[in-house]
Amino acid sequence: MSEIEFLNWVRGPGFEIATVIFIAGVIIRVLEIFLLGRKNNLAEARGSEMNGGLHTIVSRSIPDKNTFQRSTFKIVSGYVFHLGLLITIFFYAPHILLFKEILGFSWPSLPSAVVDAFAVITIITLIAVLIHRLRDRVLRFLSTTEDYLVWFLTIAPLITGYMAFHRIGMTAPSLLAIHILSVELLLIAFPFTKLMHAFTLVIARWYNGAISAYRGVQS
Amino acid sequence: MSASLEKGINALKKEVDSTVGAFFSSCVNCGMCAEACLFYTESPNPARTPINKTEPLRRIWKQEYTLIGRIGKMLGLAKPVDHAFLEQWEKLVYDSCSLCGRCSMVCPVGIDITAMIRKTREGLAAAGHAPEDLVGATKRAVTIGSPMGVKLPALMAQISHVEKDTGLKIPVDKQGAEYMLLLSSMEIMNFPEFIEAIAKIFDKAGVSWTISSEAFEATNSGIQIGVSDIAAQLVQRIVDAAEKLKVKTVISPECGHAYMAIRWDGPNLVGKAFNFKVRHILEILDEFAKDGRLKITGKEKQKLTYHDPCQISRRGGVIEQPRNLINLFAENFVEMPEAGKMNWCCGAGGGVSSNERADELRLKVFQRKKDQLDEIKPDAIISACSNCRIHLEDGLEEYNMDIPLMSLTETLAEHLEK
Repeated sequence: MSEIEFLNWVRGPGFEIATVIFIAGVIIRVLEIFLLGRKNNLAEARGSEMNGGLHTIVSRSIPDKNTFQRSTFKIVSGYVFHLGLLITIFFYAPHILLFKEILGFSWPSLPSAVVDAFAVITIITLIAVLIHRLRDRVLRFLSTTEDYLVWFLTIAPLITGYMAFHRIGMTAPSLLAIHILSVELLLIAFPFTKLMHAFTLVIARWYNGAISAYRGVQS
Repeated sequence: MSASLEKGINALKKEVDSTVGAFFSSCVNCGMCAEACLFYTESPNPARTPINKTEPLRRIWKQEYTLIGRIGKMLGLAKPVDHAFLEQWEKLVYDSCSLCGRCSMVCPVGIDITAMIRKTREGLAAAGHAPEDLVGATKRAVTIGSPMGVKLPALMAQISHVEKDTGLKIPVDKQGAEYMLLLSSMEIMNFPEFIEAIAKIFDKAGVSWTISSEAFEATNSGIQIGVSDIAAQLVQRIVDAAEKLKVKTVISPECGHAYMAIRWDGPNLVGKAFNFKVRHILEILDEFAKDGRLKITGKEKQKLTYHDPCQISRRGGVIEQPRNLINLFAENFVEMPEAGKMNWCCGAGGGVSSNERADELRLKVFQRKKDQLDEIKPDAIISACSNCRIHLEDGLEEYNMDIPLMSLTETLAEHLEK
């Protein structure tokens, strides 16, 4: 297979397979949650589940002061790499073109240099996150193979994307093909790993807020 | 309570619902819950990280209720849930967790970790891996009617003492009373002043109230150990008594988990909405104060602070009321750092104080409360849970601190307008 054939495969059938697995997988995982069902609460309510749930979906993004002091690195690094991922994935002009092709609509992009800078910051932050995971005794204790695999799958598209943008090491078609392939691996793993939190955290936060608000406490 | 591994696994399966699915699907192993837990911060063993305590429930959820987990199980990749594993988790789930709920407030993805530890206890108890002391307390609660073995004659003796001291009548089994008061064994045996305080306050407020001779015990060992059948049985006693006496409101006393048991878990345990209301004593007193039925006189000049019992504040929603009440008599009321819904647990809740094996750890983690108190240096501490109160006294003694403990209800009674 020539490098052009390889690129065409990852752009075509490869991308389709990965997207189907991603979408089907996410749907299965979300159904898996809701099909478990939840009993009605028979206690007399003190507050609204809906309002409390919606509130917590937003408010849980902002830690309280003491929690921030106790987990400063986790919170700051978490914010930085999530923001970095958001910008590199959704605000890079060529990515937006792809989204337009799939979704039929687009949005403004950020200058390539800005996205590039964010990619670098995100890569550095993710490396720091890995070092932190390896050194912190709680994280080392909690971490499973999945945590390291997910870390690798997350940083890989950033590194391959950075290399493709700067044409490092290989010819352009090969670099692009490897970049797309790394994204496909991420998409395939997504529904079956903790990456799912990107979707399920909305449900989890809602439940947390709802359970608490029912008793009259904003969580 | 005959236990077996099969029963344990079935109990865990029964606990899995969409909240569990959403929570476990969202965990990113960030470990932030460790820093929210006094059992970790004051005694840093990574195994005590709150989310790790839910591992038995997580394994069952994954193996039985997720596609990938089921495939893994078919291929023989599932991690075992056996006696050896559950035994390893017993101390984490019971001795190192007071179900205080602080981790649930901190988790960035919104996992109600405490609720899942509570669910995990169902599995451990059913499999025979609950602490001996809690098993004993639960057996006493079922057979005698009280985890501390307090029987009706003991209560009647205290009632007659109080009647003699106050000259007031304590109504027992009064049909059609508006309020039915529950008591914790601790109050009956160690703090009869609480009954006295209620008698005085209710007399002044002109309240029609009663204590049931058939269901006076407010505590519920079933929810502490994690056996829903027994918890339901204990709630049912109260429901039966309240219906028999046709009361409008059942009052939960100064006890944290009792409030959780009867107010929030109760109807769900017995599977039916109550036809009476349940209120915490502080809610009732706050209402009285607002209606002008509770008239307070005199001020406390000393520096006072309030210790939020977790099940009443963070998990129960009674946060404003104690503050409103304290402000009726306190001239110098100071909040501990992070008071209210983010308050730190004293370390004795969730059955920890009923479990002698956990005594050393319970006193060790009190360091967190000590640090909070050291920051404001109060002259006295007010609380609204006899379990917190006893443990706070214990902890203060252990750390050579001389700060008296006050019950909020009792202090209000002392300040009643003559």
